[in-house]
Amino acid sequence: MKHARIRYQGQVHQALVTGPNTLQLEDGRVLAEDQVQWLPPATGTMFALGLNYADHAAELAFKPPTEPLVFIKSPGTYTGHKQVTWRPDNVAYMHYECELVAVIGKTARNVKREDALDYLAGYTLCNDYAIRDYLENYYRPNLRVKNRDATTPVGPWIIDAAQVPEPNNLTLRTWVNGELRQQGSTADMIFDIPYLIEYLSGFMTLQPGDMIATGTPEGLSDVVPGDEVVVEIEGIGRLVNRIVSESEFFTHHAHPEPTAVAKEHA
Amino acid sequence: MSRALNDHAGGTLFGVALNYQGLLQSHLQSFTQPPYQKPPVKPVLFIKTPNTRNSHEAPVVFPQGVERLQPGPALGVVIGKRASRVRLEDALEHVAGYTIVNEFSLPEDSYYRPAVKAKCRDGFCALGPELVPAAEVADPHALSLELWVNGERVQHNSTANLVRSIPQLIAEISEFMTLHPGDVLITGTPEGRVDVRPGDRVEVQISGLGRLANTIVAE
Repeated sequence: MKHARIRYQGQVHQALVTGPNTLQLEDGRVLAEDQVQWLPPATGTMFALGLNYADHAAELAFKPPTEPLVFIKSPGTYTGHKQVTWRPDNVAYMHYECELVAVIGKTARNVKREDALDYLAGYTLCNDYAIRDYLENYYRPNLRVKNRDATTPVGPWIIDAAQVPEPNNLTLRTWVNGELRQQGSTADMIFDIPYLIEYLSGFMTLQPGDMIATGTPEGLSDVVPGDEVVVEIEGIGRLVNRIVSESEFFTHHAHPEPTAVAKEHA
Repeated sequence: MSRALNDHAGGTLFGVALNYQGLLQSHLQSFTQPPYQKPPVKPVLFIKTPNTRNSHEAPVVFPQGVERLQPGPALGVVIGKRASRVRLEDALEHVAGYTIVNEFSLPEDSYYRPAVKAKCRDGFCALGPELVPAAEVADPHALSLELWVNGERVQHNSTANLVRSIPQLIAEISEFMTLHPGDVLITGTPEGRVDVRPGDRVEVQISGLGRLANTIVAE
């Protein structure tokens, strides 16, 4: 099953995606996709991996890490399927990153890798945009690069783990305005999902709704306002996003969604 | 955690590193060398994940397999009103109040990579004992900050020595990332972090905000 979080008539709902264009709310109402606003399907902490594909590490002129390079994202940076992300004025390089995301389904502490998949709710995908101009060598990649408002599209939904028999053998693709720009396979991950759950839960507790964004393969390129950016992982989903300018975002799109998230969790 | 803190400080915990003059100065020489190349330009930020939340008089676990643990006394700024692209002169209007934070960490020998393993362990961010409304704190940049271990004062500094003031932090951070009501800005830990051991009684005292006490226990 595919589990979405949407806003309909001002209210946030959990919904099942029951067809190519249909969603069903928990109360049974059936809606068409164009009636709803897609929200990020989970709102926990995101643990994002840097340099977790050997080819991408080489692309950035880094040696592959010997221990996972993990950075943290907070809910304010998430946005949903078919929403917009802003490119700041006067930057030279903003790129997408297509990533498979594992969503935690139950509290995980000191989990062994052979048991790790039992702790998964399922998978989603994210587009882990980065503004490379803002990289600094302190807690790199720093929050100004990776934790910007509405700059991490997540979704469209969470697909049950049982429906993804081979998470280590999925093709990832990114399309910009219909042109294929990035392609890789989760087979090339350095640290796979079971390893990452063992690693993280070995020193901290993972909570239901937390997410692990597992890194991106090579094939990065610049995106600009007006671009439609689609990240796709076979068997998981297809996440659409459009780039807008800074002024368009702050004039028309800086909506109070993260506040709603905070309230929902309070 | 007090009820007010629980109700009004339940958002994201954002930490600021290297935000005391003495601490930053002590590193400036090495910050011109690899891997840093140059001193930080913008606030050096990190996130304390929700599992790190801890409260007054609750135990802090000294993890197994870890050699050293250090308290991080800090002034916590609790956001009261959504802050996006806030001007310096308006920034304090977005502050609900202040609290004490003890931002525990394993020692950091490098600032190059995110310090998740050092900073995001369960219970590594004590907050409390109370949320003191902003109106009751005349000048948040003139507060004495003290760390006491087993009744002995081991660290003492003043928020007068922040590299970036609270309005500067709110203005610079909210340029790219909205601060929401309930979010907490941990404004920095001064130089001179000390090690603590299981059994230690660790207290942070900030003038006008009270005293946040925790006991270290072995895992």
